[in-house]
Amino acid sequence: MTATATPPTGTRNMTMVAAINDALDIALGADDTVHIFGEDVGVMGGVFRATDGLQAKYGEARVFDTPLAEAGIVGMGIGMGLAGLKPVAEIQFAGFLYPALDQILSHLGRYRHRTRSRYHLPMVIRAPYGGGVHTPEQHADSPEAILAHTPGVKVVIPSTPADAKGLLLSAINDPDPVFFFEAIKLYRSTKADVPVGDYRVPIGKARLVTEGDDVTVICYGGMVEVAEKATAAARQAGIGVEVIDLRTLVPMDTDTILSSVAKTGRVVVVTEAPRTAGFHSEIAAVIAEEAIEHLRAPIVRVTGFDAPYPPFTAVEDVYRPNPVRVAKAIRQVMDY
Amino acid sequence: MSPEPTPQAPHPGSSPRPESSEVAYAAAEAAYDAGQQAGTMLQVIAPDGTVVRPDLLPDPATRLHLYRQMRRARHFDERGWVLYRQGRLGVFPPFGGMEASQVGTAAALTKDDWLFPTYRDTGAALTLGLPIARTLAYWRTSPHGWHMPADLKVLPFYIPIATQYPQAVGAALAEQRQGTRNVAMAFIGDGGSSEGDFHEALNFAGALNAPCVFILQNNGWAISVPTRHQTRATDLSRRADGYGIPGVRVDGNDALATYHVTREAVDRARSGGGPTLIETVTYRVKPHTVADDPTRYRTDADNAGWDAKDPVTRLRAHLLTEGLMTETGEADMLAEIAAEFEAALAEADSYPEPTPAEILDHVFAEPTPQLKKQRAEILAEHAHDQKEQA
Repeated sequence: MTATATPPTGTRNMTMVAAINDALDIALGADDTVHIFGEDVGVMGGVFRATDGLQAKYGEARVFDTPLAEAGIVGMGIGMGLAGLKPVAEIQFAGFLYPALDQILSHLGRYRHRTRSRYHLPMVIRAPYGGGVHTPEQHADSPEAILAHTPGVKVVIPSTPADAKGLLLSAINDPDPVFFFEAIKLYRSTKADVPVGDYRVPIGKARLVTEGDDVTVICYGGMVEVAEKATAAARQAGIGVEVIDLRTLVPMDTDTILSSVAKTGRVVVVTEAPRTAGFHSEIAAVIAEEAIEHLRAPIVRVTGFDAPYPPFTAVEDVYRPNPVRVAKAIRQVMDY
Repeated sequence: MSPEPTPQAPHPGSSPRPESSEVAYAAAEAAYDAGQQAGTMLQVIAPDGTVVRPDLLPDPATRLHLYRQMRRARHFDERGWVLYRQGRLGVFPPFGGMEASQVGTAAALTKDDWLFPTYRDTGAALTLGLPIARTLAYWRTSPHGWHMPADLKVLPFYIPIATQYPQAVGAALAEQRQGTRNVAMAFIGDGGSSEGDFHEALNFAGALNAPCVFILQNNGWAISVPTRHQTRATDLSRRADGYGIPGVRVDGNDALATYHVTREAVDRARSGGGPTLIETVTYRVKPHTVADDPTRYRTDADNAGWDAKDPVTRLRAHLLTEGLMTETGEADMLAEIAAEFEAALAEADSYPEPTPAEILDHVFAEPTPQLKKQRAEILAEHAHDQKEQA
């Protein structure tokens, strides 16, 4: 499922945020048109240090701080993309993306269409998203469904350091706009081997995390480790769980989902976004349209709730799906 | 929740306090109008065509060029109305009366520069070289209106208000980073200057020293809302002060004045001097769109005096008085313009209508599996319809 542009010469053990920094470094080094900008990405290296050291290495023209204004950041990036650059913008938190939605919905996704491909926007917008690390209000939102519902933009959400690097390099080299959501919870929680060099993971291909015959658990980003923990518990109970890490919401790898559902006949979808009209609903709808004859139980969604994400440490895990809730959903579809 | 209206605190500095809110309103409007009139506004020729600032007159060839471009724009506007009534053009926003504001500014650009026009800026786009046929196609809702010539950096007309301002900053910055001397010019109206994007763009352009020229066409109306209800500010060019960039106020019905200040701003941007905001004070003598009825929201008194300030008759009087154009020469020019328009109309008529599946084209470089599936749905449906009709 992975492809490399040039053969990697070995691996290095690193966190996801280090893998993202590595990808940005490689992209800046390989292509003069790549420009990184946003709030605090320059001298500070970003609040999560994803751009650490890049301004010092590539200069203030290539890696620069902007005024604090998200519509301005995205709107300016659109203009840069029109005029031949590859803009890589950082929105400090996905929950701060909302002021830029007019630029995104009205323009970013439409430019190729409304200029009949005379102009295209090879823009990447990186945004940390999701909960699990006790952030203040509005720092833990999961707005991916809003973007997935916007024609003309791609949505990528990695769950491992290697995927983060490989997908980010693919995103920067993609001719179309890509939203790249990075689960804050995963930035530094684990380390893994990451191929060195220009390593790419194709956009639009899901990853089979574990194989199993009884239940398909579909998830992405910060929910993959939660699903994996639930899987371990289910395995001990003798249930075979197949975990699919979607990696890309747009375009969605429907084939991988449907072939798994044909095998298991039971589906649990896990996201930490609010339940109503979330991307989990799209996944459930596609399965209902394409594979309902394989289903042996109703699809179960394990999600956040239709309330703003709570910044209350004591009860944050009530909102954000945890392995216990996922395990319960697995039992529910097994017992139906 | 209280049934009683909440009493409003007096505005700081608004003493003595007026008797009633109605009086306060009238007084505020009068003060606003007086303030707007009082603002310093550059003029090169007076409404009767006499020269006010001989030192700022462009060369004769430029003056004639500006006149020709204004007549081209006006011809489009006038023929557009007729074509709309004939059902040969869709709803479009007229701009007649604003030619000096659009032509004088856009004429300061070269074809290597960027132009970000709003839906009302057909005159600016035509001036920089947007083909008339493409422009007609755009207002006919044909995808051929979205095909821009390869030698022109004019974007399709922007429908959302002010969103193009930050984009112009990005294009300007990208030109600078790639070592060119090209600039970006973006248009907006007085209503658009209330949008957040306007302010963010001015701030970004100043902070990043982007070679950008912002044109704020103060034409008095945001559909039905007059400028005095849009903002308490009476001199919109002074908004530039808040962002540390030059702000210029110019008679928007004087093509020689708009050309002069825009040339200065473009030259400054090209030479690394950064952005400029130019407020062109003009008037939307026409309705918001050809489907709008302005008698619902404005009176003859509102419109009074603007016909006498018409930008086309003003420059015409100047050119005839100075002997730069004869009436015969003008008649020849108008005949050429009319012929050019009719040829373009014939070209627009020749553009084929789009086929159903074309609505899914140009979403991504490579269609996603989802788009391919939806395309097949449309093709199947269309084949079915054609079979039914046969």
